[in-house]
Amino acid sequence: MNKFYHILKTLFLFGWSLFVVFPFLWALTTSFKDANAITSGATYIPWVDYEPSTQGWTSLFTTGSQGINIVGPFIDSAAVTLIASLVSLALGTLAAYGLSRFEYRLGFVKNSDITFFFISQRIMPPIVLAIPFFLMLKELGALDTIFGLVLVYVALLLPIAVWVMTDFFAGIPKELDEMAMTDGCSPIGAFFRVILPNSVPGLVVAGMFCLIFGWNDFFFAFTLTFTETQLLPVSIVSLNSSVTPWWSLSAFALISVAPLACVAVIVERYMSRGTMSGAIR
Amino acid sequence: MLQVDQLTTADPKVSLQDISFQFDAGNIYTILGRTGAGKTELLRALMGLNPLVEGDIQLDGQSIAKRPVKDRSMSLVYQQFINYPHLSVLDNVAFPLRRQGKKKAEAQLLAAKMLTTVGLGDFLQRRPAQLSGGQQQRVALARAMVKKSRILMLDEPLANLDYKLREQLREEFPRLVAGNDDSVILYTTTEPREAMELGNTMIVMTDGRIVASGPPADLFAHPPTKDAASVISDPPISFISGFVRSGALYFGEGQLAPNNGLHLPPDGPVTIALRPDAIEPGGAFNATIGLSEFSGSETIVHLDFDFGRAIMLVEGIETFEAGSRLSVSIQAEHIMLFASDGQNITTRTK
Repeated sequence: MNKFYHILKTLFLFGWSLFVVFPFLWALTTSFKDANAITSGATYIPWVDYEPSTQGWTSLFTTGSQGINIVGPFIDSAAVTLIASLVSLALGTLAAYGLSRFEYRLGFVKNSDITFFFISQRIMPPIVLAIPFFLMLKELGALDTIFGLVLVYVALLLPIAVWVMTDFFAGIPKELDEMAMTDGCSPIGAFFRVILPNSVPGLVVAGMFCLIFGWNDFFFAFTLTFTETQLLPVSIVSLNSSVTPWWSLSAFALISVAPLACVAVIVERYMSRGTMSGAIR
Repeated sequence: MLQVDQLTTADPKVSLQDISFQFDAGNIYTILGRTGAGKTELLRALMGLNPLVEGDIQLDGQSIAKRPVKDRSMSLVYQQFINYPHLSVLDNVAFPLRRQGKKKAEAQLLAAKMLTTVGLGDFLQRRPAQLSGGQQQRVALARAMVKKSRILMLDEPLANLDYKLREQLREEFPRLVAGNDDSVILYTTTEPREAMELGNTMIVMTDGRIVASGPPADLFAHPPTKDAASVISDPPISFISGFVRSGALYFGEGQLAPNNGLHLPPDGPVTIALRPDAIEPGGAFNATIGLSEFSGSETIVHLDFDFGRAIMLVEGIETFEAGSRLSVSIQAEHIMLFASDGQNITTRTK
């Protein structure tokens, strides 16, 4: 019976992997095609079914009528996402630590209310926030700038960081902080010397969420930028598939998911909660 | 050296009630009490981890009640084996020394020496998670001792260890803490045997108060109050309502209790305390066996008398069938008497 389930499980996982990976393989093979390969029926394997061409990839870095030049949008996207994620992670981690370790009370407002306030920012549909953000950035003179987008993205990513890190810190025994203080640390010292080094899995998860949400956002990147700043999601949507060749579109699509895929592969080993073992028994 | 005056806290679980005590250097104080008696609360209050509502803590005549935790010259070993999981065993023990401002090499040298003392010289580069429970607790103990704090506090440090490790560490404890003549060691436990073995002064706590203190043997022989007597023995002392009338001692139902050698108080109600070894199989008292359990090389028998319940301790492993009747005798020399206000009023005729 166990063997049967093992086979069933393997078949399911294989099928599911194929389902997930196939679009990427399709995009990858398309990105190396040219007009002939595209129009000559279904072809899959380079050098066997068709002669591969790097035209799709070179067009991404070429300007002019033959090129798309994604370098600018890529750098803008990377800058906005990285800065906003780092700021959100730093502020969110500090806020989460405070919420998990100290009791705040202002009238009827308690820690749980403050945590809910942070999370509630993600409950609102983005369209509700679009006009206020637009008006605020206009007043600040930050429309169509990386700085303006970073401000907005920090507001959007901070709740995620607070939410993930509050939950993570709740799992770290308070006795660890106390131990650090009895060993000569101030409360801040205990946080930086003991709690933070033991929070890598939480930071990785929160960071991943921030990067994913920041990198993939289309709505605010679209409504708050015009010509000076353009992020990848807006850039890819602005391409006209009747003008831009499919091989270029495929290469563009792969380039736009590549950073997140790379980050996920690199940080995967940190995304385990096992590092707290040995702290308390 | 360490003086606490009218220490009062307001913890919702257990709060300390007006605790005053003088702790002298070079002594090991074992604090005995049941779970919820306030032992941990006392250590945490001394450490500065729980706020005081009232009272003062003085170290060498200086008030430290308002000092931050890190500046109190105190170390604490928790019941749970708390170590820093991201550091090696060596760096765990060197951690407090580094916070004291010692150079890394010096801190690691001292830490390695301390780890050798506690028997972990071969595990310096391991992570705490790679050690057994007993070894993890030794790391915590080494980290607490390496600082040379004036006050070393151990909060039921053996409670989470298995029986064999507990016995082993208990035997080693005097060697491990030897040489701490300038410091005070506070050791909390729920086990009377441990408290009597390890401390030269025993403090008994119940409900957030100190109810007795003194040399362990004296306290065991003559617990000053019923509260103290209820804690200092394992198996526990049994308390039975009784009375004295016309120079005789009676159990609650009017059954005559042995009183040879006891100087009885004036007529009136008393609480008769029977130590577990006061009852022996064979004699004039009849009881129903409620439960029989083995504890090491002894048998603990719960007996239901007409006048109340009591526990009998029998040397060796013997089988007693639950529900059957048993005749027992009660030895007057192991009986204590307590007045209605809980004070021990036992006096013996010479």
